[in-house]
Amino acid sequence: MIRYFSSNFSHLILLIGIFIMIIPVWLIFASSTHTASIINTQGLQFFLGDKFLENYTKVLLYEGGFFKEITALKMFLNSFLMATGVAFVSVISSLMTAYVLVYFRVKYATLLFWIIFITILVPLELRIFPTYSVMSTLNLVNSYWGLIIPISASAIATLFFRQFYKTIPDELLESAKLDGANTWRFFIDFLVPLSKTMIVAMFIFMFVFGYNQYLWPILVTSSEQYWTVVMGLKMMSGSIVNKFAFVIMSMIPPVLIIIVLQKYFIKGIFQDK
Amino acid sequence: MSFLELNKVTKIYPNGTKAVHETSMNVENGEFMVFVGPSGCGKSTLLRMIAGLEDITEGNINLDGILINKVDPSERDVAMVFQNYALYPHMNVYNNLAYGLKNRGISKEDIEKKVNEAAKLLQISEYLQRKPSMLSGGQRQRVAMGRAIVRSPKIFLFDEPLSNLDAKLRIQMRLEIKKLQQKVGVTSIFVTHDQVEAMTLADRLAVINNGLIEQLGTPIEIYNNPKSMFVAGFIGSPQMNFLEGELKNKTLTSEGFEINNVTSDFNGPVILGIRPEHMSQTDKGLINLSVDLVEQLGSDNLIYGEIKNKKDFCFRCSGSQIIKKGSKLSLNINDNNYYVFDKSNGNRVN
Repeated sequence: MIRYFSSNFSHLILLIGIFIMIIPVWLIFASSTHTASIINTQGLQFFLGDKFLENYTKVLLYEGGFFKEITALKMFLNSFLMATGVAFVSVISSLMTAYVLVYFRVKYATLLFWIIFITILVPLELRIFPTYSVMSTLNLVNSYWGLIIPISASAIATLFFRQFYKTIPDELLESAKLDGANTWRFFIDFLVPLSKTMIVAMFIFMFVFGYNQYLWPILVTSSEQYWTVVMGLKMMSGSIVNKFAFVIMSMIPPVLIIIVLQKYFIKGIFQDK
Repeated sequence: MSFLELNKVTKIYPNGTKAVHETSMNVENGEFMVFVGPSGCGKSTLLRMIAGLEDITEGNINLDGILINKVDPSERDVAMVFQNYALYPHMNVYNNLAYGLKNRGISKEDIEKKVNEAAKLLQISEYLQRKPSMLSGGQRQRVAMGRAIVRSPKIFLFDEPLSNLDAKLRIQMRLEIKKLQQKVGVTSIFVTHDQVEAMTLADRLAVINNGLIEQLGTPIEIYNNPKSMFVAGFIGSPQMNFLEGELKNKTLTSEGFEINNVTSDFNGPVILGIRPEHMSQTDKGLINLSVDLVEQLGSDNLIYGEIKNKKDFCFRCSGSQIIKKGSKLSLNINDNNYYVFDKSNGNRVN
């Protein structure tokens, strides 16, 4: 009886939480399907209107920016390239860094790891001028690599992979060695498949992190060609319903990536145990 | 020249611990050699040096006529079965067996043939598609052995592979390993701390203590003729009884009895060793045992009791005999089957 009650009670709390988060989103979504005059006169709408297609296509194809060089579609492409780039580069680099730290006979590996780790205390915002000057020396201002590289070294992902590698028994490495696996093969044939779940989790995390970047893309791109969605949210003009539509659309990619990858993520967890 | 030659092999860890002292031994082709000793005696270190998983501080190891000190483990053509099997958790059984072959650039058809042969030999054919996590302990053990067999290496190394199994399975796998080794005929080295495993598996046995080989020989040689108190106490179950005594002019006095005409010129304090199974009951025997405890194993009885100052003296007799707690037994040593050790250093003196 108590269990029944408490389970229902926790469901209730979860439902309240969901409503608190969903309702504003719904309000924006519902409002984005009306004409601007309705919103301006009657406020936010709870029910769907009939201007969905019209508003959304307009936003996607509208040529914005000072030079009219950028559309929302292009922003989505930019954001997608940046986010996947950040996710790929950071996952691969931290996988390899962790591999070197744990398995290679590096002197002072622990110290090196902590030096990497304290970079968490130095966020991009603090090192933004030196980082910019590095990027401009490398001629990477106004390029995708310029957007991706400076935020792709992830100490957190390195920490996770390192801790995971440390739990892998030494016998596995020894056995693989006797089976003729070299350094590279051990990484590809063992560590990567064994950390699959974690790779997916880190990929999601870094994708969203890359997608949400605002300050860095603003600094490193002067050309409208490289504007991202999050920059667009600030820059965009037009009527209120178009802004709403853009806000709604900007939420889709991170949600989508979680929905798509979650399957592998959960599968991985259950398969390994 | 022997198949595997260890020449004054020494291992000193960076922290200064000396795990293996100048060990020399030869293992012949096709021989089943067992390293036995208490935990921490250096037997695993020795094995891992042969595998190439530990550096050799000093000395040489020759395998099949080649000095392998600096040869990479993958090039040594040795296969090892680990205590926790070290199966590859993300690969199915087939790939576990095939992995080592793939790395050696063997063609797909040959790999399939070899894996299927090995699987058949070990009766794991029906599990080939399963992941290790879906197998029982015994099946995992077989997969681990299959992984070693499939490569037909020069030498098998077993690092306490049976210690994770339950008692019944252990005995079964012990038999299977022995049969398999006889069938395949590969030179094998087996490390264990279990003296029964050692006795039953070995062609020859190396009893190791504190990084030194105390004695090397066939199991029965070592059982019948232990060179030191350590070997005598380690080999044989239940353990040999040790009694303090004094040897003087070929007469040994110990715990209220005397043995005359001891074949030794040693004089001084000694330890007398008598195996529980080397005694029998008589009317007026040498040793008077008052029984404290009887363990009935069915086939045998193990009788523990006191003789003068010595407690837990063990005597083994046939299980058909009924002996009650508190009774007094009179025992004789059969055929002078006793061992005398120098008390100061544990060396055999008779």
